[in-house]
Amino acid sequence: MSGQKILLDHGSGGLASQQLISDLFLKYLDNRTLHSLEDSAILDNKPGRLAFTTDSYVVDPIFFPGGDIGKLAVHGTINDLAMRGAVPYCLSLGLILEEGFAMEDLERIIISISEACTKAGVPVVTGDTKVVPKGKGDKIFINTSGIGFVPEHVDISSKNAKEGDVVIVSGTIGDHGITIMTRRAGIAVQGDLHSDTMPLHTLVARLLLELPGDIHTLRDPTRGGVATTLNEIAESSGLSIELRDEALPIRLQVRAACELLGLEPLYLANEGKCLVIVSGDKAEKALAVMQATAEGREAAIIGKLTAGKAGRVVINTPIGGARVVTPLHGHPLPRIC
Amino acid sequence: MKYLDEYRDSALAKPLVEELRRAVTKPLRVMEICGSHTMAIFRNGIRSILPDGMELVSGPGCPVCVTSASHMDAFIGMADRPGVRVAIFGDLFRVPGSHGSLSEASSRGAKVEIVYSPMDALDLAVNNPDELVVFLGVGFETTTPGIAATILAAKNKNIKNFVVFSTHKTIPAPMEALLSDPALQIDGLLCPGHVSSIIGAGAWEPLAQKYHLACVVGGFETADLLKSLILLARQIGNNDIKVENVYPRAVSWEGNLRAAKMVAEIFEPADMDWRGLGRIPLSGLKIREKYADFDAEIRLDITLPEAQEPKGCLCGNILKGMNTPRECPLFSSRCTPSNPIGPCMVSSEGTCAAYHKYGQDE
Repeated sequence: MSGQKILLDHGSGGLASQQLISDLFLKYLDNRTLHSLEDSAILDNKPGRLAFTTDSYVVDPIFFPGGDIGKLAVHGTINDLAMRGAVPYCLSLGLILEEGFAMEDLERIIISISEACTKAGVPVVTGDTKVVPKGKGDKIFINTSGIGFVPEHVDISSKNAKEGDVVIVSGTIGDHGITIMTRRAGIAVQGDLHSDTMPLHTLVARLLLELPGDIHTLRDPTRGGVATTLNEIAESSGLSIELRDEALPIRLQVRAACELLGLEPLYLANEGKCLVIVSGDKAEKALAVMQATAEGREAAIIGKLTAGKAGRVVINTPIGGARVVTPLHGHPLPRIC
Repeated sequence: MKYLDEYRDSALAKPLVEELRRAVTKPLRVMEICGSHTMAIFRNGIRSILPDGMELVSGPGCPVCVTSASHMDAFIGMADRPGVRVAIFGDLFRVPGSHGSLSEASSRGAKVEIVYSPMDALDLAVNNPDELVVFLGVGFETTTPGIAATILAAKNKNIKNFVVFSTHKTIPAPMEALLSDPALQIDGLLCPGHVSSIIGAGAWEPLAQKYHLACVVGGFETADLLKSLILLARQIGNNDIKVENVYPRAVSWEGNLRAAKMVAEIFEPADMDWRGLGRIPLSGLKIREKYADFDAEIRLDITLPEAQEPKGCLCGNILKGMNTPRECPLFSSRCTPSNPIGPCMVSSEGTCAAYHKYGQDE
């Protein structure tokens, strides 16, 4: 496919579209449901309630250390299902391609999607491709929707956080956001910065199995970072959240890059991390369960829910001071000096 | 991280909180000039552990905040011109002028690029030979050497489509203007670490003597900040006024002479408009005639438009330390970081942004 480009014809629904489907999509993503290529996928029912979510992916650059836009589109939607306690079942895949996009890059992304789906055990069962004229899009945009089933008795929601609950983060924070920002700015930072993109449904299943009833809230701190997500939890539950500055797990190279660019890790996006709100007396057990998984090896307890002012998040600083952590406003901009 | 972690170590910093409590023996009012200090003080929770009697007021040391509305209007007007690509530091993107911001200009098709270094703006010029790339020079002594170096590089590489719009300012000059107002009543200055690394700790000596002001040049980490406040409290308590430097790992007494020489090669002192403070004689830097080819104001024949400050906005007084953000009727209601009315709410170093972000409960 080297040298080939996406043409407007590839989105016309005619021969070129069909060739793209057979040469690329079916080649890498094939399964019984997708194979029929009919207008919609007919799925077998499963026990439990349905969870349904959608997300669009427009990341720039499309390839970055640790992943690419395809992996992100699979993991992001799987994680959105998992954060409500749902077992992910299947995905849709919508592609919007810019005329002139390199076929090689598209193939690389489809292979990456295929690998991510196989690894996670969640297939793409329906899809669509459109091509927009050059200059009307930016290389590739992806939308994935996902369906999952929520097992009986599982009730995960930001509203369910309770006073005395403990906040656990499943690993280091800021890795994805800083990787993208430094790439975008063309800044080479010494040390290995890479996105943390990964699916979290296995870790969530493990937690729900080991601690039924004690996991109250699960959230993935993507855009807006840990700071914004915790503000939302505090708001929904009508409680305060107190964090310990020194407990936040942040990689040295992420901290260094943040210092350089004047950014705060708490506001950077994560694509393979979750915040777990668990009953206070089960926090240590939850931590141990998480640390025993590959995804949660670096999990850490970072704070607790208290009866303070509703919707407020505070950080206790090492010198015994405190500061309020507000949600993100606008988008993070580097500072001048 | 070397040079950071040891100054954030809680085992080191905690005893300093107690030492500060003991050092404050009488009421005192200290101005932290620099926006990065304002931010660092909040971030470390230092305001929440300040001993009774010690008051911190924020000064004019946020370069974006002191950029006048007429300069902002000129920037936006320039970005809207065909054939012009404007390169800026990120903080400037959302600062409102009298009619909209660069962010709004960008949404209607103006070419506005956020760069991390003025050298990146020079690359933009090389890569877009049919356009005139204008770097909006906003900043204090910390940013000017880099911009001077970029102009020199442009000259050496014979790059003709790169210019700088210089609204650069120098820090000690407005302090003189502020301090001559008796209403301010300041006992000491926490002097900016980064600016002092260029101008030298010694640059504060005249102010210390003329206004009998305690002056401490400090860094930005937990221990740096606490130590600086302790020394300020001691100087004032013991009436032993002088300039002290507790940031010797970055700041010398004479400053960075090489950087100063490079700045002097390209720039010369000029009167400058400051938001909130008005025009202050010789408080800015303009490009010397020798380098006029790189001067946006000459190449684009710019006359500064008359501009109104936003109605009700107290940024001017806040920059002078005369009001705190909470005394502004717009603060956190009509003026927020998502919808800023005054510049102090936009910049991550702005006093209002710091109060909004970290200080909601005080």
